[in-house]
Parts: sequence; C-alpha cells; structure tokens
Amino acid sequence: MAAVQETVDRVRSIDVDAYKYGFVSAIESDMAPKGLNEDIVRFISAKKEEPEWLLAWRLEAYRRWLTIDEPKWARVDYPPIDFQDLYYFAAPKTAAGPKSLDEVDPELLRTYEKLGIPLVEQEILAGVERPRVAVDAVFDSVSVATTFKAELGKAGVIFCSFSEAVHNHPDLVRRYLGTVVPATDNFYATLNSAVFSDGSFVYVPPGVRCPMELSTYFRINEKNTGQFERTLIIADKGSYVSYLEGCTAPKRDENQLHAAVVELVTLDDAEIKYSTVQNWYPGDAEGRGGIYNFVTKRGDCRGARSKISWTQVETGSAITWKYPSCILRGEASRGEFYSIAISNGRQQVDSGTKMIHLGRNTTSRIISKGVSAGKSQNTYRGQVSAHRLATGARNFTNCDSLLIGSECGAHTVPYIEAKNASAVIEHEATTSKVSEDQLFYCQQRGLSPEEATALIVNGFVRDVLQQLPMEFAVEAQKLIAISLEGSVG
Amino acid sequence: MLEIKNLHVSVHGKAILDGLSLKVNPGEVAAIMGPNGSGKSTLSYVIAGKPGYEVTAGEVLLDGENLLELQADERARKGIFLAFQYPIEIPGVATMTFLKASLNAQRRGRGEADLTTPEFMRRVREASQRLKVDQEMLRRPLNVGFSGGEKKRIEILQMTLLEPRYGVLDETDSGLDIDALRIVSEGVNALRNANRGFLVITHYQRLLDHIKPDVVHVMAKGRIVASGGPELALELEKNGYRDYPAQAA
Repeated sequence: MAAVQETVDRVRSIDVDAYKYGFVSAIESDMAPKGLNEDIVRFISAKKEEPEWLLAWRLEAYRRWLTIDEPKWARVDYPPIDFQDLYYFAAPKTAAGPKSLDEVDPELLRTYEKLGIPLVEQEILAGVERPRVAVDAVFDSVSVATTFKAELGKAGVIFCSFSEAVHNHPDLVRRYLGTVVPATDNFYATLNSAVFSDGSFVYVPPGVRCPMELSTYFRINEKNTGQFERTLIIADKGSYVSYLEGCTAPKRDENQLHAAVVELVTLDDAEIKYSTVQNWYPGDAEGRGGIYNFVTKRGDCRGARSKISWTQVETGSAITWKYPSCILRGEASRGEFYSIAISNGRQQVDSGTKMIHLGRNTTSRIISKGVSAGKSQNTYRGQVSAHRLATGARNFTNCDSLLIGSECGAHTVPYIEAKNASAVIEHEATTSKVSEDQLFYCQQRGLSPEEATALIVNGFVRDVLQQLPMEFAVEAQKLIAISLEGSVG
Repeated sequence: MLEIKNLHVSVHGKAILDGLSLKVNPGEVAAIMGPNGSGKSTLSYVIAGKPGYEVTAGEVLLDGENLLELQADERARKGIFLAFQYPIEIPGVATMTFLKASLNAQRRGRGEADLTTPEFMRRVREASQRLKVDQEMLRRPLNVGFSGGEKKRIEILQMTLLEPRYGVLDETDSGLDIDALRIVSEGVNALRNANRGFLVITHYQRLLDHIKPDVVHVMAKGRIVASGGPELALELEKNGYRDYPAQAA
C-alpha cells in the first residue's frame, strides 16, 4: 500500500526533536494582558462586540470557575498550571474581516502553505471532480478565512466562526449554547465558557444532507496563549453532517494549555459524524514543552432515532484528557465512539468516552485502540450507563491495547452501570505486544524495523481507520508512523 | 555462493551449532537432514538474522560478504529468503498489502523504483494461480486463521514474488497433506534456475521425492557429519538417524 511507504518516508524525514510543524510565524498579535480576572473576561467579550447576555453568561462561568478545583482523577502527572501566567486572548492583526484570500496576511498564507493546507487550492479545486471540503481556518483564536460559504448557503447550511454566529444567528446560539456542556460542567469546560475566544458554528436545517464534509484546522500560534475553542454543531430534524477537525501546532518550550469545548446536538432522525485527527506537539524526548490538551466534547442525541458518531486519532499532546461522549436521550438513538490513541516518548493519554443511555432502545458502540510506545502511559477510561427508563438499552465495547517495548504502560478503566434489568452491556478487552517474532518475520521480508512497526500498528488500528473519511484516513496513517518514530530499538 | 564457515552458535549459553561448515553453489539444491534437536532450525534463523542467537565464532558469507554483520532486513534485500516452519500472523494487515510492502521495500533497498500497481497485480495473479491461492485469501489478514497448507503456500508465494538469491526452506513439508506438498514443491521447482540456490531443511525423505536435491548433508550435534548425493537421503529413510546422535557434546 502506497500510504504505508509514504508514512515510512515521513518517519525518516523527521526525528523526535525535529517536530515538523514546529515553526513560529511572525504575525503581530493583538493581545490581552497576562492573567485572568473579570476585566479580562469583559475585555474578550468587548473585543468581540458580544451582546450583554453572552457577557453575563461568561461572567457567571468565571465566578463558578473560581469555586471549583482541577480534576485529579485522571492517570496523568504534570506540574501545577499557573492560570495567572497565561494570555487569554490573542487575535492576528488584520483590518476588519478579510473579504477574500487577497486580504489575508500573506505571512499567514505562507504558514498554511508550510502546513500543507491547500487553502488557496481549495477554491480552485471546487470545480474539479474530487470530494469537496470546506475549511473554516482557525488561526490562533479568530477565524480569518472561510470558503465555500455560498454553496453551503444554497443548501441552507450555516457554517461560520462562532463570533459570526453570535452576531448573525444569535437566537440559535442562545438556544443551544451550554445545553450539552453546561457552563458549570467541569473545571476546564467552565474556564472555556468564561474565556472562549472563537471556534466553529454549524447549523444544518431540517431534512438537509450537508453537501460537503466540513473541516477546520486548528493551530496554536501565539506564545503562552491558552487556546479556548468553542464549537457548536446542531443537526436539525432528519439532517446529516460530517465534520472533520485536524490540528497541528508549532514547537514551544512552555507547556501550552488547550481547553476546548465541543457541543453537538441532533434532533429527530438527524446524524452528526465528527472526526478528529489530533497531532499537537507532544514535547521533546524528555517530555518538555508539549501541549496540555484538556478537552470536553459531548453530543446530545436529543431526538428520536438520532445518531452521533465520534472518530478520533490522537497522536500528539504531552497530556491528553479527553472523553468525547454521547447522551442518548431520544428513543432508539445511537452513539458511536471509534478511537485510536497513540503515545510515545513521555506522552500521557487518559482518554475514552461516556455513553449515557437515558432513552428506550438506545444503542451504543465503542471501539478503542490504544498503542503505547517509549515511556508513555496510555489509559482508556470509559463509562457506559443505562438508566432506569432506558429499557432495551444495548452497548458493545471493544477495547484493545498494543504495547511496543517494555517501558510503556497501558491501562483500561471501564465503568459500567445498569439500572434496569433489560439493558445488555458487553465489554471485551485485550492487551498484546508487538512481538519479536512479528518484527523478525517482517524484517526477513525486507521491511526495516520502522516500516515493520508501522505496518503492524496500522493493522492493529484498521477497524477504526476504516471509520474515517478517505482523505483523513491517509493523513492518519502518516501520523501513526510519525508518532511511532524512535519506538523501535 | 552461500558459504558457512566454522559456525558456532549458542542460545542462553548453550551451544547449538558447533563448528558447522557448508557451501551452497548457485543453481544448487542442498538438503539438510537430521534428527530433532540437531540444530537445523537454528541454522536457518542464524542465516536469516533472527535476534537472540549468539554467534561465538564463524562466518556466513554471501558472495564473500559476511551476512552476520547485517540486520535481518538488509540480508533479505541481499537476497536471503527464509520460508518459516511456523509462519507468523500479522492481524489487520491484508496479505496483499504485506506482499506489496515487502516487495517494494526490497526494490527500494536495491535502488529500484516501486512496481506499478498493474505490474504488481499481474505478478501476484500469475504466482497465486500456480500455487492455487485464491484472490479472496489475499484479502485476508496475513496468516490469520490460515490452515497449515495455506500458510506454506503463502510462504512460497512470497518467495516467488521476492525472487531471492537463496531460499532457505525450514521444514516446509511439516503439516502438509500430499496434495499441498505437491503444490508447494512444484512452486519451489519452478523457481530453480542456474543462479538461485536452495537450502532445504527437512526431517523426512518425502519432501525430497518432490524437490530433488543435488547434495544431501546430514546434521547432528550442531555440525555436518555426512554429505553425499540423493542416495544418502534414501539410506537415512531406511535406517533412521540412529547412527547420528542429536545433541551437541
């Protein structure tokens, strides 16, 4: 398979300390002073010219945040974060929103070129026979370019930055914001609610099948800037949307905090497919300087027969604390979680999902593949609960771990809770090692140890890779090989 | 030429090969027979470069180059192929994917371009027809759930595609019924030519009825104790290995 070789070439061209995307672009930022207090919250809200109700919502979250503690139950270890030593707002300096790519800072476009994001190509390619992808590019905190708007508009789909949505679709934002992840949900989500900078907003009207995959590239660029994205996707009755999220970040010495919130809502018979490839800087070989990723992602299957499917490929970040979850409220609604979490070096991953069965005949499926290499620790933490009224609820969980080398760890922590007798919950788990025999067999056929490892791991995660949209699957295969660089002695 | 000179090998401090010497000329099929525990499989692993074997003395030379200084994948690219007695399962990796990855890895190792997909498919189709491997099997994960006979046919299919200089067959007849033995042997015979040599390791004469050796070596106590023509194999078939004690002294 060509992609396997491509991955191998990428591995060769990169070593652990030479993270490919570790460059900093020289764009001036418009920053709030360091630290966090009510004035900063007001500053952010004012900068974004937000309505009064949203400022009040932020302030309430901020006050709540002061009263709660950081969660400590995850199997991750890091020095205390000084929340007063971070910047909470940074926006690229451009005149009021650019009207076309010509108005976008050329330095910014060069950054995208370095990242290999074909933003300029996107429009050219629109007429070409090829799956179209609309990109809402997030550079630091403010969206600077949005494409394909016209075509989406024709279908009635709203896809814009969160700030734009606040101004242009305030009723929708107000009706759904915080209804899946309340402002008081947890330490990081509450912090996000107070200071979120921007993000994406999607609304798909009743009966509409979104004509293209929606995609956002996140990139943390400003020194010491916490990145607080807020994404809200609403699929109205009988609609469908597939959303892709991919991330890279430049190299930094300081640890960078990222605390995003993603809320998904599906009404009757609607479906959202949310795919993530996460490749943030994992730190150097000693684990210094990587991204701290504390994310709250949750979907609410509010309507009957609605469906939410999370697919994630997690290869980056020094610390990952992330549990994309589904609340299965609507009758016969369905939640899915497909995950590949790869850790190497000194990365720490504590990730999994929650499937909360509230409605009758709700179903869920969890396929998790954890790969640990180097000195990393990789934990799957998942909760499946069937509540009293969720008669006929069904869950199937399959949780596999693969170890490479003898200094890493894999841990599985399932919480299973059934409050009615008709619920059926299945849990399967395996742990295996890339064996010397497998490596020798592959090498005997001419594959280098790196190529052999990439091939074996790609085989291990195949069930999940197949869930990704095609272009993403290829990218994910590359990332898997890159992230396992140096794991074979 | 593949030449093994005075090879001493131990595993966990225990001597397994004890001064083994052997030559296989291009175009030659050399059979190695011997009782269980005589070190036959160890020899095949040491030639291929499996980690865990301590070579305390001796050399394994391919056209004068000492293979012992190379990693297993480097030896493979030089043209050493080992058909495993127990082929390894690679879950989730389609057999076809594996074939293409290994063939292209070897080609790149030799500075050649990757095969185009149509050319690769043509070669696979040709080889798999000869070995009675159906296309459905090539889509399944490598060796996972394959029968003994299927695994051995896939080994020979790989050897056919990789076109090695020397093929080392480790007990390829084990676990095969008569039909599978015939198919596998025909697959090997089709690869015989003036430039390619084979080292056929077997416990039984019956494989040698199908793959006719030029030379037969008898191995015992970790070294070659007798060499002769095909008639030597027939003699062993009749008398057994009683004259050749297994363990190294």
